[in-house]
This record gives sequence, C-alpha cells and structure tokens, in this order.
Amino acid sequence: MTTAATSATRSLPPPSERYTILGWLRKNLFSSLFNTVLTVVAVAFIVFILQSLLRWAFTSAEWGVIPANFNLIMRGRYPAAEAWRLWLVLYLLGGAVGMIWSLTTRQIGTALLVVFVLPFALMLVPFFSWAIRLNLLLVEVIGIGGYALGRYLPIERRGRAIAYLLIGYLILMLVVLRGFGEDANTLPAVPTTLWGGLLLSLLLAFFGIALSFPLGVLLALGRQSQLPAIRIASVIYIEFIRGVPLISLLFMGQVMLQLFLPDGFPTIDRVLRALVAITLFSAAYTAENVRGGLQSVSRGQHEAAQALGLSGYQTTMLIILPQALRAVIPVLVGQFIGLFKDTSLVALVGLFDLLGIARTVLANPDWLGTQQEIYVMVAGLYWIFSYMMSYASRRIEEQLGVGKR
Amino acid sequence: MSENTAVDEIIICQDVCKWFGEFQALKDVSLRVKAQEVVVIIGPSGSGKSTFIRCINRLEEHQAGTIVVDGIPLTRDVRHIEQIRSETGMVFQQFNLFPHLTVMENITLAPIHVRKLKKTEAQEIAMSLLNRVGIPEQADKYPGQLSGGQQQRVAIARSLAMQPKIMLFDEPTSALDPEMIKEVLDVMQELAETGMTMLVVTHEMGFAREVADRVVFMDSGEVVEVGTPEHFFTNAQQERTKTFLSQIL
Amino acid sequence: MQDIHARQIRPPFYRDERVLSLLSQIVVLGIVLGLGLFFISNMIDGLSEKHSVAISFDFLRQTAGFDIGESLIDYSRQDTYARAFVVGLLNTFQVAALGIVFATALGVLIGVMRLSPNFLVNRIAAIYIDVFRNIPLLVLLIFWAQAVFLKLPQVREALILPGPIFLSNRGVAVPWGVPTDSWSAYLAVLGAGIALGAGVALVLRERGKRTGRMPFIPLWFLGTVAAVGLVGWLILPQPLTLDRPFLDGFNTKGGQVLSQQFLALLSGLVIYTAAFIAEVVRAGIQAVSKGQREAATAMGLTPTQTLRLIIFPQALRVIIPPLTSQYLNLTKNSSLAIAIGYPDLFAVAGNTILNQTGRAIEVFALIMGTYLSLSLITSLLMNMYNQRIRLVER
Repeated sequence: MTTAATSATRSLPPPSERYTILGWLRKNLFSSLFNTVLTVVAVAFIVFILQSLLRWAFTSAEWGVIPANFNLIMRGRYPAAEAWRLWLVLYLLGGAVGMIWSLTTRQIGTALLVVFVLPFALMLVPFFSWAIRLNLLLVEVIGIGGYALGRYLPIERRGRAIAYLLIGYLILMLVVLRGFGEDANTLPAVPTTLWGGLLLSLLLAFFGIALSFPLGVLLALGRQSQLPAIRIASVIYIEFIRGVPLISLLFMGQVMLQLFLPDGFPTIDRVLRALVAITLFSAAYTAENVRGGLQSVSRGQHEAAQALGLSGYQTTMLIILPQALRAVIPVLVGQFIGLFKDTSLVALVGLFDLLGIARTVLANPDWLGTQQEIYVMVAGLYWIFSYMMSYASRRIEEQLGVGKR
Repeated sequence: MSENTAVDEIIICQDVCKWFGEFQALKDVSLRVKAQEVVVIIGPSGSGKSTFIRCINRLEEHQAGTIVVDGIPLTRDVRHIEQIRSETGMVFQQFNLFPHLTVMENITLAPIHVRKLKKTEAQEIAMSLLNRVGIPEQADKYPGQLSGGQQQRVAIARSLAMQPKIMLFDEPTSALDPEMIKEVLDVMQELAETGMTMLVVTHEMGFAREVADRVVFMDSGEVVEVGTPEHFFTNAQQERTKTFLSQIL
Repeated sequence: MQDIHARQIRPPFYRDERVLSLLSQIVVLGIVLGLGLFFISNMIDGLSEKHSVAISFDFLRQTAGFDIGESLIDYSRQDTYARAFVVGLLNTFQVAALGIVFATALGVLIGVMRLSPNFLVNRIAAIYIDVFRNIPLLVLLIFWAQAVFLKLPQVREALILPGPIFLSNRGVAVPWGVPTDSWSAYLAVLGAGIALGAGVALVLRERGKRTGRMPFIPLWFLGTVAAVGLVGWLILPQPLTLDRPFLDGFNTKGGQVLSQQFLALLSGLVIYTAAFIAEVVRAGIQAVSKGQREAATAMGLTPTQTLRLIIFPQALRVIIPPLTSQYLNLTKNSSLAIAIGYPDLFAVAGNTILNQTGRAIEVFALIMGTYLSLSLITSLLMNMYNQRIRLVER
C-alpha cells in the first residue's frame, strides 16, 4: 500500500478490489481477526433483535387498538363535526410548506421529494377511509400550488415573505381552530380543553417555538449587552430557568400562574398555562444557543457597521443576527426537537396530548394490556416528527453552507 | 482664528488622550488636516496610530482633548456621532466585509438603510464604484469567494458609497499577500487624486512617499514628528524617527 | 483655539450617549422590577384574602403522615416533612449517581462503536443514536415501566436468570452481599489500598516527569487498589456473605429487591442519556484533527500510544464540558420519576407534600432552590475546570 504511488509517470487504474462487493466486505467487515469477531457478534445481535421485534409485531401484538382509537390519537376530543377545520389547517400548512420550500431553495432535492411523497405515503395506510385519502390528496395539490406560487416571488424579498407567511399562518390557524364565540354561526368556539392528541402536541411545539424564539433572541442580546443592568437581568433569568427541571415549571404554571395575576383577571386555561411554562423554559435555552452564535461574529463586523453609520438596531438586525443565527441553525433545530419532545410532559399536568391521550386509551377496559402497542405507536409518531426536523435542518445547513460562508 | 480656516481644516484634533485601563495609548495628540489633504501616519506597532484614527469616528472613545470633524465637535452627543460617522468612511485591516451579503448588498446596505436611497439608485452607485475599483464582474459573489485584494477593494467601494468627505484607512494592506498589495494601493492613489481627504495608517513607505501630502510619525502614543515626505525621508529631525526609518528602509 | 472649546458644551440630555445608556437600563430594570412587584403583590393579596396565612416554612417540622415506597434512610409516616424531603433528595441522588455511571459506560461504548471502521457495528450505533435521541424521555420511561417491567410475569412464574436473579412485575430480586463482622476491617483494608494506590500514582508521576515517559497512571492506581482488595478478601474471613434470593410462596425472600419503578427510571435515563453521551464522545474524538493523528504517526508513535498520549487528552478537553451538561440533564430529568411512581425529590415534594400542605410557594421555592443549587455548583466547578485548561493552553 505504501509504495503504490512511487512512479507517477504512468497513471495506473486504482486497485480493482475497492469496487467489488467482496472487496468492500473484506475492507469493512473482515479486515482483521478482531473485526471479523465484531462482525459475527453484530450479525448475531441484529438477527436476535429483528427476530424478536418481528415476531412480536406480527404474532402477539394487537394492532387493532390503533385504528379503533385513531381519531382520539390524532385530535383528542375535538368535535367530529368540526374536524373539517383541522383539514383546513392542514391544507394551509401544505400551501405554506410548499411556498416556503420554493422560497428557500430553488432546486428540487431529495428532501423535497420526501415531503412530496409524504401525503401519498400516508394515503397507503390501510385503515384510512376514502375521505381521509381525498383530504390528503387535497393537501398535496395545495402544497404543489404553493410551491409553484413561491417561484414567482422575487428572490430578494424571500426573508420577509417567509416571516409574513409564518405569522399569517399562525394567526389564521389559531382563528380556525379556536373559532369565534360559543354561539357563532360560522366557526363556533372549540375550547382548548377539547384539543388533544397529536394535534395538541404539535400545536404546543409550534407555538412554543414561535413564542420562545424571539424571547430567546432578546435574552441572548441582553446577555451580550454593554449595559450591565440589562446583562445581569438576562443572566439571572437564563441561569435560573436552566437550573430547574421543566416539570417543576409546568407544575408551577398550573398551580401558581393564576396567583400572580390580579383578582379579577380571567382564568387562564390549562393549555395556555402549559404553553407559558414551555415558552419561558425554552427561551432560556434558545438564548444560550444564540449567544454562542453572537460570540462567533467578530468584533470587526460591529465596527464596520458602526463606521458605515448604521444604528445599533440596524447593526443588530442586518449584520449581527443574520450571521449569528445562521451559525447556530443546527443547534437551534436540535433544541426545537427537544422542545417538541418536552411537550410530552404536559401529560403529567393533566393535558391530553399525544402521551396523555395514550394513557386514556389504556384506561379504557376494552384496551387493557395494550401498553406495548400504544406506546410503540406514540414513540413512533414522536420519532417521525423529530427525525424529519433534524433531517430538514441538515439539508438547510448544506444549502446555506454553499458559497455563503 | 477666522471661521474660514476652521472649516478649511476638516479634522481638528487637540490634545487627544486615551487610556486602556492604566495604559495611556494616546498622549496629547494634536493634528489638523485640511480638506483634500492626504496624511499618512507611520510608526512602530503599538504606537497608538490605529487607536488615534479609530477615535476620529468614535470606534474608540477619547477621554480628554477635542476632536472636531468638518465643524462638528465629537462629544457624547449621539447626533454628532451619527453625523461624523456618515461623513467619514473607514477601511479596516481585516476588510470586515459582511460575509452573509453579496458584494452588491455589502455596498448598497448603508446607502439604503442610512441614506434612505432607493434600491435601484443605490445599485447604480454601487456599480459605478465597483467599476472604479476595477471589479464590476464580482457584484453577485459573496466575500468568501474573493481574493484578499478584491475584498479590500470592495471594502473601499463600500465606504465610498456613503459619499464620505473623509476616508480613514487602518493598515489596509497589512493582511494582504504581497502580490495583492499593489492593486489596493493603486485604488487608494486614484482616490487621492480625486481630492478625497485621507488619513492613512500604513507601513507602505512607497505609498507615503508618493501620495502623502504630509507624513506623521507616532511613537508610544505621541506625535513625534510631522512633515512633508521629502523632509521625512531625507531630513528627519528626531532621533526616534531616524531609528524607526533606519529599521524599515 | 477658542472656538473649539466653545463648542464643547454638553449636548442636550436626550442626545447624550451616557444619559441614554443609563436611561435605557433604568427603563428595562423598571419594567422587570415593576412586573415582578406586580406579580408578587398580586400573590400576597390573593394569599391573604383566601388563606390569610403568611409565607412560612414551619410546616416542615410537622408530621408528614405518608409513606414513601423506598428510602435510603430510616423513614416512617411519623417523621417530619423535612425528613420526607431529604428522603426524596437522597433518592434523586441515588438514581442520578447510578444513572451517570451506567449512561457514561454505555454512551462511551456506543460513541466508540459509532467510529468503528466495521460497517455493521457503526450502523448499529448510528441507529441506536438516531432512535433514542428522537423519542421523548417521558415516553421511554413510561414504556419501560408499563410495557416492560409491568409486563413481567407474576412472582410465582418469575423469570429466573443465573445468579439467581428473579424478574417479576414486583421488581427484580438480585443476590446481595451482607456484611459480616470482618466487613469494617475489610473497609479499612480497602482504604489503605486506595492510599497505597495514590502513593504509587504520585511516585510514578514524579518519575514520569523526570524521565518524560509518563506511565498510564489511572491503570496503575486501579491495579494497586484491586490487588490490595483481593489480598484483603482472601486473608480476612469472608467480609461479605452472599444472600441469594429465593421463591417463597407469593414472594421472593432474601437478596435485594430493586423496585420496578426504580429500574424503569434508571434504565430509561441510562438508555436515553447514553445516546446523547455517545454523540458527545464521537464529536470529541473527531474534533482532534486528522493532522494530530498524522503528526503522531509520523513521529513513530504506535496506534495505542497515539490514542493515549495525543488523541485522548485532547478529546477529553472537548468532551468534558458537554458531558457535564448531560449529567446535569440526567439529574434534572430524574424528576420525571413522578410519572412512574418512584419517590424522588420532585415526586415527594412537588406532589405529596404540596397536596397535603397546599403550600405551593414554599414547596416550589424548596424544589427549585435545590435543583438550582445543584446546577450552579456544577457549573461553578465546570468554570474552574475550563479556567484551568485555558491556563494550561497558554
């Protein structure tokens, strides 16, 4: 191997073993005695795990519990008569995702294909009704429409367009889901106590991210501030929150939030209390991550902006934050995944999110003893969403990495 | 002193002092620069020359003495600071281009957000400036894709886009590979020929000799000697100046 | 000259840099303090109206009156709330300490597997990390408690592993050492062994400094301690007797029974945290640049020497800070014990004590104060460590 490249006058083809299956096997699995032993052990391990898993999944598991409780798992006790509103939200989501996608990347990558295929894949789920499949198809069509529309927007406005799109979507979604009043003819109110299942988990994560992100950025800027009072206040908040477990904040939110408010203040519902706790908690972590990004922006960037006459606010918004946030995208996405997973803790304060609903299904005498099936499905759902997020972040990272840094 | 000469002298520094903690970086520095004059500041590293020009646009705050730029006294008054900054451009040793923006965006950013120009207007100005510094074809690239010399020329164009009356250069060629120094110096020389007031901290003695109207030698936070280039390179008076020149020439 | 100084008049205050900076700080502080005061005054108003009681920690001296499933110290329902709190705290410490040890072992193993050139081993580690990092810990914990440990057979049909270890839905009974008369003597021998090990380590370190060939000191230290321990074990008459569990009707007797709550919590924490530690370890090892490896090889160091002298010390520097924060996370995450009925600090205080006394403010102050001091102490130590490393670098 070491003497291979001594004569460079004639370029020989590379040793062919690298390209054969046998060669690959030898290099990767059987290169030494130790490696061979490892391979044997690994194969035995894989066979054992797969065998047990498959045997359980196909013989003893009672999967009937999932289709039977599918609506409950998806939307909790959100009234069936109003379920079309959830589909409406999903249509909008499809459109927004399609549009944002075409605004952020101009080429069709494999990631886009995954998103594109997703509704079709879901249509294949055996126990779905034709109504569900039709709705999924609509989501797909609207998504493609959004993608096409996004291509006509001028590229230099895309940052602002994405921001408006997200904010508009959040507001619209809330209005559609929550409705107007008890006796409104169009969109009667659906109290948050009825929200549940995957719907509630995703909403908590969505709004938790949307609310904690700006708060966290502010805290990070506060911590880096030249003004000592602001810096100290930020440090105290961040270190306090990061020092205590989320569950204690959630309990405190349920028990004590109302105590902090004046007497006549309307009662804050339990979902909102949980959301407040999650937001306050996550903001501290966002702040620490963003601070890392802020520190990575060199002092010279500040100075150049100042010398050009940009104000402090302009310097922060146009020069410092864009660079700082770009540097910490992977960390932030990791943290958002954490936040999504952490929403499962609201089950412990009596909300019926995905995990909470799973527990109520298990309390139903018809489905006693199906813990394994239910929790495997719950874990699987969490896993899919978390994994999609981390996959998307890797893609964005690659996109931004090209030519810009 | 008549009103006329005060305006004619575009930068007036009188007894400027600056401390970093216990260390005194500037000791009673006084310098007056006339409009359209090119002044080169030389001196050993750590002599306070960078600190001095960074005080002029308030990147550093001077603690004693007076600085008046184009008739505007530099005080804690934020409006004065803004005015002075919009009238002075600065070019840094490390270029300090904004890496997340294209060359075009780097140049148009301040005109759009500070001068409130229309985007198309700002782009026209930017294009003509890029032509002037000789790299119009790089407009849509990111700074990371350019060579050091090209980046520094973009940085000069970026400062000029604010139409400053004064340009400050803080060792503009020190971070460049030798073969790129000339392209930057050429741009600076052309700029001087258009009548720009320039204050340049540099180690390029050739530039000082050919372009400067006056040369200032600083050492340990003091102005040691001021004079024309001929005076300076042939007939320096102070011992410290002679020692410094003998070391680098 | 005159005109320059004449223009040195003070600017109007609303344009003065210093005044503006002071003003903005006052405004922010005002808002923060104002909000705080608003909340607190509301709270005090509400309390005095509804309960007419002042904030006080006196209730801690009252009798708790509830049982706790497992405890490291003597505890009965006649003890005080304060003692119940301590029981919870010790349980938290116990599960956190064991969790840290096992999670580190598993995490390092998987992190190293992730870097293995063997394709299959590498893939197994990657899948492990991808799976467990993307599932909520709470789901994992409940899964372990309800879908694994609760699904174990009843005691009578307990699974018996060699040892014997009885696995049943009541928990796991394992053989356990019972101290005999000579146990204290043996502990003294072990202490002497540690002292001797430390001595050996010091001597070797001095010699290593002199010769420049530093031996692998932790190995020598552990070796010495183990040797002394072994000799002591052989000489003293049986410091520990092995108490084996056995089936007795509807229950197991003897040995030590680890409750299913404890085991579910521990295994959930370990499996989850190990996935994160594995990533920390992998990143740490990969952070040591290829150039370092090449330089070491070029100098003629063997692969083992390269690992021990070049890679390991550098990787450790990168690894330790994030590893510590994983340890802290594990400790804070142990508060999820409340979901599966293990009586840790949070479950005892935030649930039982809170419900019985209704003293929300005091109880939350205690809980948060405890967790906060734990993490502040840790980050203090961490900062000291970082400081030391930085000094060494210069």
